[in-house]
Amino acid sequence: MPLFGDKTGFDVLNQSKPRIDGADKVTGRTRYAADYTMPGMLYGGMLRSGLASARVVHIDISPALAIPGVHAAITAKELPNAKSWASYQYLTDVVRYEGDVVALVAAESRELVRDALEAIEVEYEPLDAVYDIRSAIQPGAHAVHEEYPDNKFSQSVYRIKKGDVEAAFARADVIVEREYETQYAEHAYIEPEAVLAYNNPNEGDMTVLSSSQNPFFTRRYVADILGTSMNRVQIIQQTLGGSFGGKEEGVGLAAARAAYLARLTGRPVKIVFSREESFLESAKRHPFLLRYKAGITKEGRIIAWQGTQIDNCGAYNNQTQFMNWRANAHSAGAYAIDNIETETFGVFTNNVHGGAFRGYSSPQLIYGQEQFIDECAAELGMRETDFRRINCLKDGLSNATGTTLNTVTLSEVMEYTLAQTDYENKRAKHAKQTSKEYRYGIGMAISHRSCGFGAEAPDASGAMLIANEDGSVYLNTGLAENGQGLKTAYAMIVAESLGVCYEAVSFYGTNTHSIPDCGMTVASRGTVMGAQSVKLAGLKLNAIMRQNAIELGFFSDTAKIEKACGLAEGSLRDLVVSDPEQLELKQSEFYLKEYPAYRVPFGAVTGSGLWAGKQMSAFEWFTPPPCIQDHETGQGTAAPTYAYGCVVAEVRVDLRTGYVDVLHVTSSHDVGTAVNPALIRGQVYGGIVMGQGYGICEDMEPVKGKCVCTNLDSYIIPTAMDIPEMQINLFECDDPSGTYGAKSVGEPATEAVAAAIANAIANATGKRIRTNPASLEQVLLGKKLR
Amino acid sequence: MITVDFTVNGERVKLDVSESARLVDLLRETLGLTGTKEGCAVGECGACTVIVNGKAVCSCITLAAGLNGANVITIEGVSKNGELDDIQQAILDHHALQCGFCTPGIVMSAKALLDANPNPTTEEIQQAIAGNLCRCTGYQQVIDAIADAAERRAVQE
Repeated sequence: MPLFGDKTGFDVLNQSKPRIDGADKVTGRTRYAADYTMPGMLYGGMLRSGLASARVVHIDISPALAIPGVHAAITAKELPNAKSWASYQYLTDVVRYEGDVVALVAAESRELVRDALEAIEVEYEPLDAVYDIRSAIQPGAHAVHEEYPDNKFSQSVYRIKKGDVEAAFARADVIVEREYETQYAEHAYIEPEAVLAYNNPNEGDMTVLSSSQNPFFTRRYVADILGTSMNRVQIIQQTLGGSFGGKEEGVGLAAARAAYLARLTGRPVKIVFSREESFLESAKRHPFLLRYKAGITKEGRIIAWQGTQIDNCGAYNNQTQFMNWRANAHSAGAYAIDNIETETFGVFTNNVHGGAFRGYSSPQLIYGQEQFIDECAAELGMRETDFRRINCLKDGLSNATGTTLNTVTLSEVMEYTLAQTDYENKRAKHAKQTSKEYRYGIGMAISHRSCGFGAEAPDASGAMLIANEDGSVYLNTGLAENGQGLKTAYAMIVAESLGVCYEAVSFYGTNTHSIPDCGMTVASRGTVMGAQSVKLAGLKLNAIMRQNAIELGFFSDTAKIEKACGLAEGSLRDLVVSDPEQLELKQSEFYLKEYPAYRVPFGAVTGSGLWAGKQMSAFEWFTPPPCIQDHETGQGTAAPTYAYGCVVAEVRVDLRTGYVDVLHVTSSHDVGTAVNPALIRGQVYGGIVMGQGYGICEDMEPVKGKCVCTNLDSYIIPTAMDIPEMQINLFECDDPSGTYGAKSVGEPATEAVAAAIANAIANATGKRIRTNPASLEQVLLGKKLR
Repeated sequence: MITVDFTVNGERVKLDVSESARLVDLLRETLGLTGTKEGCAVGECGACTVIVNGKAVCSCITLAAGLNGANVITIEGVSKNGELDDIQQAILDHHALQCGFCTPGIVMSAKALLDANPNPTTEEIQQAIAGNLCRCTGYQQVIDAIADAAERRAVQE
């Protein structure tokens, strides 16, 4: 059994090293973007329409400008490029959702910003609107964008065509067809978006301190609104108070607006979102309407799979084409099926935009697929465990994209989890309950997830390592800490590959002036793929430093080596150390492989090396092996490797109220190599609880385009009182694809949880809920009340 | 304007505040104590938690004008002489933090709990931090850390 703990040969990895940024965080010394102020700083603010679909007929900013202390007020008319490089508007006079901004102001205090926004007079003409997927695809529906008359976001259409579905359905003994629907969900990171922009001739045109998940992405917006080149815009990422995919476009827009106001006023401008604004303008987990149809033999083999996956883009394109690439590649779940035909596309509506949110489509899909698998098994009269055993991915079989897989740990992960939870016995026992008060249920879900970008985007990155004269090491890379522990994991990978102590390595936030764009820190790619360049740089600098140690004469005094090794005087008289291969550098010490007792500190070599003019730095770029898929059929190589998981949830349902108490969640994941097991456990605990919220209580509930939930008093996320007992099982395997064999875990940790809970509820109540979340009314009445 | 006279982290503070001034703004902007965070402004997320007269409160819904004579402790006042407090050390040791934005508030809630109740049950720990939302950790390592901090304190006494 490849449970964590069997790997050997690492000096630093595979250990729960303390967080590199921990002491500063527990003492409150860490600075987040909102913690900065500057002399002469103004506050920026946005006037949002509050309407789902309207045209600005008349807008008057002069009353705002008349207020003393208000330095700027502008509308879309005054902004030369009100439409951003992406489809969003910095400012607009056509409102497509309630968060759209019609005016910007800058003033000396937050109170004055509020006064100025209230003073602006706007007259709107309401326009037709569409609010949900079903009505958006009706013929003649209101078009959210002129360029997309049928609301179908044509660039987001993806298909899987594998085998001959029609013929396979004709051969099937049983055909099952179901529909599932998911909701808008909010990231609810605890730090609201914050930016501080200032004119900075020393560094170009503009510097922005920002709560960016991806500083280079933010830079695109700032350069765009200022009409300047990227080498004149500096984004310095500040410590990020959570993101989960949410601080991408929203922070880009905020940074751009602040930068424009800073240029306009000549003063630093700070924008900090209120929680309400964060809810309004940050991207959401996008709703999906999922239809699946399976053709199954009476022995329980799925021979045909058909799917339609339609997602709600909201008013603007927020990565839907990329999210749909992932949705397409995973449109048949963790199953090996010969004949598949699926279609995935997004539609525009007058709602807040969907966007990246931990899982990037998978939690939605798995919610549908894993319930569907249970329902198919029930139709066959077969245990859902056996049905999964027959159909799940195994070595040598191929997934929806036609990729033949190896090192597939799924069956082991699943069987271990089922045995540990006594799943089958409990499942059978719970099915016989008769209580009219409490019913208990157990449910499972399995997952397979492509690691990193794969064929979605180039999974390349660069890293630079600098060894200082005192033996300390500085890492610089364009991948960003979002709170997940990337700095810690990277420092460990530097320590392992370069051969220095973990404590000798430092890594701070990303400054866009100092390193190339390494792509976004998304897709659970940070460790598995993004760190490949860190490892390469470490290995390169290791070789350089061993050469330096020799050239600087640290191994030329054989008498010293003899003494340290307890050898007779003169016995190493003939030893010549001229080949770096004779040396090791580990844990900040050089030594001869043959005579390891003689040690030379790393700092001694760097100290001499600086004054001898030796190279003590390295930059490496990692280019991944190609992943190429055919666009029409989706067939090809979607990813370098896959992570596998199994989640079992146990619930208690109160039949009188519809309240679902999630009692216990067991979450098992193949992480390849556990770079830092404690960090991984933190990811999995957090992923379970985020998945619990998604499955039970979280719903933005837009009603005619207006979200009912505007703050954390109405949008309920789990508290410390709500969490289940949690059991985490980490598996490791020998799959060389990721950095030191690591696989993704950030997103796998949350993607299957809501599905397992939904299956547990069905086991408890005998009723299937196909609309997420399993709120009180959904469980009690089988429908939403709003 | 109202004159208030109180202590923050043991130091006397006397200043004029507006009737509507919030404690969180006074701490962050007037006194520069930015370790206290603001996350929701409605007393739901607990990122702004500080201790006032021994009780954990949300400084975003606490008016500064009412603080005459009060004893306020913020995250900056928890560690002594640069040494981490037992709670802070336990949070580090248990990896009970990720993005860290909620961490100062959690430290304050935990301190208010352990100062009043040195030997809390797991449920009492959960209750004490129920007002501190954390989106990263799933709370488990936080609960373990606070329980461990209570034990560390007990050993020292």
